[in-house]
Amino acid sequence: MTAQTLSPVQTSRPRPRSGNTIAYILMAGFLLYFLIPLIWLFLASTKTNAGLFSSFGLWFDKNINVLQNLKDLFARDDGAFGLWIKNTAVYAINAALFSTLISAAAGYAFAQYRFPGRNILFGIVLAAVFVPATAFAVPLYLLESKTGLTNSLLAIILPSLVNPFGVYLMRIYTEQAVSQDLIDAARVDGAGEFRIFATIVFRLIAPGFVTVLLFAFVGAWNNYFLPLLVLSKSSLYPLTVGLAYWSGLATQPGNAHVLYILVIMGSVVAILPLMIVFLFLQRFWQEGLSLGSIKG
Amino acid sequence: MSLSEMSIRRESSAPPRKEHYYWSRFSRKATPFLFLSPFLIGFLVFNVYPLIYAFNLSLYRKKLVGGNTFVGLSNYVKAFQDSSFWEGVRNVLVFGVMQIPIMLGLALLFATLIDSGVVRRVSIFRLGYFLPFAVPNVVAALIWGYFYGQSFGPIAQLATALKLTPPIFLTAKGIIPSIANISVWQYTGYNMLIIYAAMKAIPTELYEAAKVDGANEWQIAWNIRIPLVLPAILLTFIFSIIGTLQLFNEPNVLNAVAPTAMNRHFTPNLYVYNLAFANKQFDYSAAISFTLALVTAVVSSLVLFIIFRREANQ
Repeated sequence: MTAQTLSPVQTSRPRPRSGNTIAYILMAGFLLYFLIPLIWLFLASTKTNAGLFSSFGLWFDKNINVLQNLKDLFARDDGAFGLWIKNTAVYAINAALFSTLISAAAGYAFAQYRFPGRNILFGIVLAAVFVPATAFAVPLYLLESKTGLTNSLLAIILPSLVNPFGVYLMRIYTEQAVSQDLIDAARVDGAGEFRIFATIVFRLIAPGFVTVLLFAFVGAWNNYFLPLLVLSKSSLYPLTVGLAYWSGLATQPGNAHVLYILVIMGSVVAILPLMIVFLFLQRFWQEGLSLGSIKG
Repeated sequence: MSLSEMSIRRESSAPPRKEHYYWSRFSRKATPFLFLSPFLIGFLVFNVYPLIYAFNLSLYRKKLVGGNTFVGLSNYVKAFQDSSFWEGVRNVLVFGVMQIPIMLGLALLFATLIDSGVVRRVSIFRLGYFLPFAVPNVVAALIWGYFYGQSFGPIAQLATALKLTPPIFLTAKGIIPSIANISVWQYTGYNMLIIYAAMKAIPTELYEAAKVDGANEWQIAWNIRIPLVLPAILLTFIFSIIGTLQLFNEPNVLNAVAPTAMNRHFTPNLYVYNLAFANKQFDYSAAISFTLALVTAVVSSLVLFIIFRREANQ
């Protein structure tokens, strides 16, 4: 089981030599559907704001303006966009790292120990997996505005530390990757429980840790509803809230039509890190998806 | 022998004292809870408590004169009779009925085609189909908002070049299909990969046995592959329904591009947001948001209960 899930991509059963033409055309057509909006976005980001309106969307304009767009993007509103990137990075890295550590510890507790209330607690974790974070956003906003936690990055980092899906994945991963004999041997050698977790177990569950980290990072990077509610100072915005704010300004008549090209350029900058992360860590997210579905 | 080694020796050879024994027993029992505590505390503070707080808030109503008065469940009665709330519920239901079957149907079809080997070069399709999932919701809505647009949207450009009237997507009528398309675009690949992962777990011998019996690829897909991944399909279905109830990001972002196509209570979450933000009706928005969270939690617990009972019976 472990060996199989470690490399779900490479293990393939023998396939028939001939492909089906109709199926192939269908799948290629949908490949275009999924990719064309992204191609359009990247092409649009190379144009001037005027060229955006005058040239055909699915090809380049005569002059490539991408460097000037980048310069304008970071200059706009006294460098607001740079702040948004920084906020998003600080938020996503902290939320992902600490929520995954917390999930790993909890998953290990469920996998390794028998204790009273274990099944009930895990049932609650499972039920919580199905309740999306957006369901808590408005109650959190009401509570945070009462306690004065709004308008700080902590207001969005702290709630993100709770990741039931991460706990679930880490439990399954720990059960697969950590053998009881190893733990017992370490105990006989006199290692404390925390030491066993931090040194021996942690190394074994590292691939699962990266998987959960990846999903938590993407979730935090893309979060919109809670930051929109609890952050009213634009200097604290993450990219999602900032871009949506600019796009709202861009449509106002006469106001700032030039913002269109900046929203487009900003969108490219906002999705590039995620695309790179996904391309290079393919193995991990595929593994996360397969673990989630097989045991789900 | 050094001094410290001697002291260790003496300690270990001495009989265990009673309090030490109780302490070690206690710490052995406490260990799992120590590992669990960061998660449990976070869960209580950031999930359970906000809901309790919102519920408590929803039992009061702010009056212009006299401050907060306890009104019991009357905010819930108000929500039940509020046509704006039900309009939002109806919108997300229409959206779900339209979007979920298309998305999951396509996801199942693609997963089957990829897994059965009917199509080659599968890694390109796997990656390309999944790529929209890596795009933030907000950016996806922005891209499609421009893509649909009349001024520089490529669809309108193509239509004009072909001497056709450019279709207008973001109207009161077209808005739900337009948002449904964004969700199909973003999540089909993700769901495809979940179903595909479940298919990969099916033992190959089953297919070989079917082939020996003379079954063709379609019969194998229909009689073996798809029935065996039904639990995974059910899982994606539940996640989709719950996500649909929570719809907020896309309509809120598109609202800026097409303010006339949607009202402020277009989805329940949009309504809650505008009640709290624009109208400052915190008690009433607390009531609706608590109801939404409760419905979601009850639906998911029920589903889990059914799944577990089914598994126990098997």
